[in-house]
Amino acid sequence: MKKNNLTLGTSVAAIALAAASLTPTVSAFADELVIESWRTDDLDIWESQIIPAFNKSHPDIKVRFAPSPPTEYNANMNAKLTAGTAGDLITCKPFDASLDLYNNGHLTKVDDLPGMENFSGVAKSAWQTDDGSTTFCLPMASVIHGFIYNKEAFKELGLEIPKTIPEFMAALEKIKEDGTYIPMSMGTADQWEAATMGFQNVGPNFWAGEKGRKGLIDGTEKLTDPQYVKVYKHLAEWGPYLGKGYKGQSYPDSQNLFSLGRAAIYPAGSWDISTFNGQADFEFGAFPPPVPAGQDTCYISDHTDIGLGINAASKNVKAAETFLSWMASAEAGSIFSNALPGFYALSKHELTISDPVAQEFVSWRGKCESSIRNSYQILSRGTPNLENDLWNTSVGVINGSMTAEEAAKKAQDGLASWYKPQQ
Amino acid sequence: MALKNQRGSFFRTHILVFLLPAALIYTLFMIVPLIDTVRYSFYGETAEGITSFVGWDNYILILTDERWWTDFSNALENNFIFFVIHMFVQNPIGLLLAALLSLPRLKMANSYRTLIFMPTMLSVVIIGFIWKLILSPLWGVGDTLVGFVGMTDGLPALLGEESTALITLSFISVWQFVGIPMMLTYAALLNVPDDLVDAAIVDGANQWTAFWRIKLPLILPTIAMVSVLTFVANFNAFDLIYAVKGALAGPNFETDIMGTMFYRTFFGYQLQPGSATLGATVASLMFLVILCGVMLYLFVVQRRLQRYQL
Repeated sequence: MKKNNLTLGTSVAAIALAAASLTPTVSAFADELVIESWRTDDLDIWESQIIPAFNKSHPDIKVRFAPSPPTEYNANMNAKLTAGTAGDLITCKPFDASLDLYNNGHLTKVDDLPGMENFSGVAKSAWQTDDGSTTFCLPMASVIHGFIYNKEAFKELGLEIPKTIPEFMAALEKIKEDGTYIPMSMGTADQWEAATMGFQNVGPNFWAGEKGRKGLIDGTEKLTDPQYVKVYKHLAEWGPYLGKGYKGQSYPDSQNLFSLGRAAIYPAGSWDISTFNGQADFEFGAFPPPVPAGQDTCYISDHTDIGLGINAASKNVKAAETFLSWMASAEAGSIFSNALPGFYALSKHELTISDPVAQEFVSWRGKCESSIRNSYQILSRGTPNLENDLWNTSVGVINGSMTAEEAAKKAQDGLASWYKPQQ
Repeated sequence: MALKNQRGSFFRTHILVFLLPAALIYTLFMIVPLIDTVRYSFYGETAEGITSFVGWDNYILILTDERWWTDFSNALENNFIFFVIHMFVQNPIGLLLAALLSLPRLKMANSYRTLIFMPTMLSVVIIGFIWKLILSPLWGVGDTLVGFVGMTDGLPALLGEESTALITLSFISVWQFVGIPMMLTYAALLNVPDDLVDAAIVDGANQWTAFWRIKLPLILPTIAMVSVLTFVANFNAFDLIYAVKGALAGPNFETDIMGTMFYRTFFGYQLQPGSATLGATVASLMFLVILCGVMLYLFVVQRRLQRYQL
């Protein structure tokens, strides 16, 4: 019996040893910077474009991009950071996931980093403490909302790019009357499409972007205020112009309808550009969300999506800071934005992008005020969750099963039930 | 135990040894987690992740708070509809198929049996995906099919309309799982001795009356068991709804059942943070609902069932 135990013990130890030696040792070299990320798709771009460009000016710092699967990223990062095996630079998800990392002491402050002055408050808001006093990740990329349209269809029907909402509705009506094209390709089956491509896309024009978003957070504005009810009212007008069976249409369906040339307008996120570049064989363009009649200022959703922070336990903090400062430069921003059309560097530098549609999207930054999705910061921490409620109510008004007032009341009641400043 | 005689003591140890593996595994993986879930439902979590005992607070919140109760009662009601459709569509069809399969002169009975049982063996994700494609108002084959029977407007978005989504999903599930009641009742029907049926036929009964008067009463205990299995499985259902409609169970929570509500509460969804303690409360309530249903069956139905020695 005793002997048995011994063999068992030894074999367990042997297995443990084998497992340990199989685990990739992340910080093998003291002078190598390891970047943790969930963007497995971008591995090639980092290795062939971004890192070589960095090494041109900093040949002494070795950098390695080490992505892990997106679905396991948060859990993976928590475990690695706690165990002390994480890389030197951590790609940051926006808002609460990264805030938790900072609060647990895993990320350093980056406020004083040279290059941080290149970022606006909106850009930094996704990686700041609630009071905005500390920033812990460098804003790296955002996605912009707007509408993509089929240029050939517009030409055929003699349509102008709509600038105001009445013009927009008139264009939809004209496409519908003609009957060749489905006026707008969007479905309500996946729910998030209605909220993200609908509500958050056109909304900032109604609630004045950051003013409205901040107003909701500090409790001076309510979702039942007229500006929010108007968003719902506008969305309700979309219903008749969506394709047949839009209630059963999913996100890939919407993309396909547009890229097959069957729909004229597509409410978009800029990440759709690369999909359409690959699939659509007609020319397409983009226009910003139309403004309500008589409004001069336009607002766009320039939503912060990817950041980059420094592991507080890193042995190469100096090198990591150098890399981060370089990432804040105009050069890095331009390489990044060109390699990934639809994802835009967040620095204030003028970006020139070779992809015409991606360039069109980013040009709105100069003409319009930027804001981010209003439910992402703080307001989705409780139950019922505002983001989920926006999905539900946006679908409700488009499907016609809720009035704009009911939808606004539902979202507001849900928020007020747990969020103190709204009570 | 030492006081007992040699023989009795030996007998008891022997029973214990045989029961131990099953009892151990069942306790470890079923009973302990169940009790722990119920225990956990009496705890609360603060934003900082500290758990403390809160008594009945979670239950009071879910059963009295307006929004929680709306969600919960909606899920319960949908689940009930989901169950009723299975009970009164799936099980009778299963019984009918089993009765047809056990007809003495049916050709290719084995092929039918395999074909009908096939969907049950497929992954729910595949089933969900196939039916989503079939019913898709954009590219689905459904439009063409209803065209044959004169519906020129095409198929409405059955999975997208609030009025039809739940019923459509229930029927997809019925289509998938009809093989199970069929197999169980088929096995029971095979156990009915041919002599009895033959004797009845000699006495002048046809297959129809032989089924109603002889076979059905004999397989009634199996049908009761199938019903209770349907009940338990339906109130634990989750995967099909999640695969087709996601955890928000749209449109407007019309397809939300207890399983999807539990998932949202426990794991969270999108930006919604999960709550392990409230999730445990929903799970405990699900357990309670199932327990009540099974008890009702045990005390009201099971006791009155007559079993015949064959």
